[in-house]
Amino acid sequence: MYIAQPALALAALLALIPAANAADILVEAGEGAPERLIEALISVEKGDTVKIGPGRFELTEGLSLDVDDVKVQGAGAGQTVLSFAGQTGSGEGLLVTSDRVVLEDFAVENTKGDGVKSKGSDTITFRNLSVVWTGGPKETNGAYGVYPVSSKNVLIDGVFVSGASDAGIYVGQSENIIVRNSRAEYNVAGIEIENSKIADVTKNTVTHNTGGILVFDLPNLPVQGGRDIRVFDNDVIENDTANFAPKGNIVGIVPKGMGIMVMANRNVHVFGNRLDKNGTTHVLIAAYPNEYEDDNYTFVPRGVFVHGNTYGEGGGAPDGEVGKIISDVSGTPVPDIVWDGVTRIPEYFSWVADEDKVYIDEADGTTFANLKMISQMLLPWSTAPDTDIAGYKGSLPELPPVKLPQDGGA
Amino acid sequence: MTRPDYRLIPPPRTPPLKGEGGTATSTPPSPLRGGVRGGGELDRLARWLAACVIILLTLATPAYAVNAEAILAEKPPKLLSEFGFFADGPKQKPADGVMPYDLNTALFSDRAEKFRFVFVPAGQSSTYVADEAFEFPAGSALIKTFAFPADLSKSDENIRLIETRVMLRRESGWFAVAYVWNADQTDAELKIAGAKVAVETILDGHPLTINYAVPNRNQCKGCHDFNGEITPLGPKARNLNKTYAYADGEANQLARWTSAGILSGAPGPAAAPKVPDWHDAAAPIEARARAWLDVNCAHCHRREGPASNSGLFLNFTEQNPVALGVGKRPVAAGRGAGDRAFDIDPGNPDNSILLYRVESTEPGVMMPELGRTLADPAAVDLLRAWIARMR
Repeated sequence: MYIAQPALALAALLALIPAANAADILVEAGEGAPERLIEALISVEKGDTVKIGPGRFELTEGLSLDVDDVKVQGAGAGQTVLSFAGQTGSGEGLLVTSDRVVLEDFAVENTKGDGVKSKGSDTITFRNLSVVWTGGPKETNGAYGVYPVSSKNVLIDGVFVSGASDAGIYVGQSENIIVRNSRAEYNVAGIEIENSKIADVTKNTVTHNTGGILVFDLPNLPVQGGRDIRVFDNDVIENDTANFAPKGNIVGIVPKGMGIMVMANRNVHVFGNRLDKNGTTHVLIAAYPNEYEDDNYTFVPRGVFVHGNTYGEGGGAPDGEVGKIISDVSGTPVPDIVWDGVTRIPEYFSWVADEDKVYIDEADGTTFANLKMISQMLLPWSTAPDTDIAGYKGSLPELPPVKLPQDGGA
Repeated sequence: MTRPDYRLIPPPRTPPLKGEGGTATSTPPSPLRGGVRGGGELDRLARWLAACVIILLTLATPAYAVNAEAILAEKPPKLLSEFGFFADGPKQKPADGVMPYDLNTALFSDRAEKFRFVFVPAGQSSTYVADEAFEFPAGSALIKTFAFPADLSKSDENIRLIETRVMLRRESGWFAVAYVWNADQTDAELKIAGAKVAVETILDGHPLTINYAVPNRNQCKGCHDFNGEITPLGPKARNLNKTYAYADGEANQLARWTSAGILSGAPGPAAAPKVPDWHDAAAPIEARARAWLDVNCAHCHRREGPASNSGLFLNFTEQNPVALGVGKRPVAAGRGAGDRAFDIDPGNPDNSILLYRVESTEPGVMMPELGRTLADPAAVDLLRAWIARMR
């Protein structure tokens, strides 16, 4: 037995310094590259880096990684291109199901389903990736570009996504999230945070999408109760691509020219963004519009604080069914900020708790309308909207910045 | 005979402990032995011990049809034959201790024929679980061979073996990997990165080429995933609760597994859950459809599965109608929604996403995502009829 304890101590020591065993697995383009890449991602060990060389990799199968503590690194998003134009199977280009993974410096093109997905991952980083459908906006493109779901400690930094038929960057049913320094264009939604909590969306450029940034909560999902989300210091400009989502999908309701949309979420702070040339409206705060059966779901947004944004021209071309419903009440041009005004009926007759209210604090000249609609019918409750922005002044307690373990935080 | 003969083998030899260095016969010369050469009690004792070891090994080795160490080893062997699962691999004749089994309703795999086998180490048994896969002891293995006949209408003639998938129960948990049969059909080779195999066969008199996909190791887990752990799918009571034609006569599989000692804790077959064969037109359509969905979809579409985030749960035990898709809107379906509003629109199969995706063979649309390139028209008909009669 005496030997056991030093052995254990040694094992513990080794566990503390995984770098001692870390290896680089190089996968260069050329003959048999797809098989070598699949095999590298399967046989990689904890602490290793899979380095993908420059060049094009024509893949017919989705890739997947299920090993913890691995980095997958290309030679740059302009250098290492994983093309899935000939894909015959799998629901995405690359699927990560392990923890403490970094994906960086490569491009993914033309996946049949989603681009790069993580499911159930803890501490996942998407850095300097490009996910593109090269044919431009098309209904037949995959749904999501960068797609962490059911994950936590998610860092999306410096990615570029174009052509997604749902959302370019989509974070679903996750918590502790930073999306920053990224660019999303020509997607239906640029960036979408859905059924997720504790997120910072910042310093992104979101342009030429149908809608820029969406913060949604939907019913009938295992994780609900999206909350504590900050959308700040983003450029949300000229989102002017006609909605090309396949019907049936919730983003199909988003009208062309939507800047930032908050739907059925809690404690969402929208501030310091630059919004310009969004034809329907710059900011929409709305209830979930569809019928649903889910006792655990709150369909109205609770606690939304919009302040310190700058608004250029916009609202001049309200689009689609939602654009019509809004502009029928608000008139055209649609105001910079619109709230559908849907409250739950008991609250309409009584009062709304301070933390559940909508607060607007913007520079003079910013326009606003509360459409005062009834429940989910999107019918006007009264004949005139409330456009008195001063009546919504106030604030919610500031949210702390999101900290991630892979980003110098706890 | 109350017990089939495959249990009449000695228990596996305990592997040598690390550092023991193998058997006495291979021990290098030592000063001790050198010192007693030429006679003495120690020498006689050593010879006697060595003889005992040799006799034991001689007795034990031929009966080791299955190579227990290959199942438990960290790295799987290169060739399927090294496991010793088969007395005759090309003919899929199992070795002693390896039992064939079948399921009430099976996964559709491009019409492949499947041969399934289970191995549990002698003296041990799996533990019955009512609604999930049984729990197997370390050293167990599940073996499944995929094969195609030259003509799909003659399922037992001119069969070409394509791949054999093995699930190995190690101390640390399950490990899954596939072996691809060689052109001569003599053995199958480990393929952790999967493979594509062009299969030529005949369907309803017409030539059919299938671009058959052997899954890579991660894709195995793409389906065999229960809360992040690799888990068997087939060996559940409801799937196994059926009669099987064993070499020595017909018997219910649960009863046979129990009498063979490889399953403990099972109730009698009548008290165990059971799904119908989905082909069985005499069974209620609801049960047939749910059985089909359970086996073809619910490995992912369940609360503990890879598609947990979808909120669509199709396992046989799911009760919530919305979770089953009724009136449920798509979440992340993208173009897989096919311009339809609900997963299942009662009475309206052509507005039901579920049917659209089961009918499709297009990557990114079709469901399941892995394991098929063809559609199964008969299953589509069943699901269509089931949805059509919903109100």
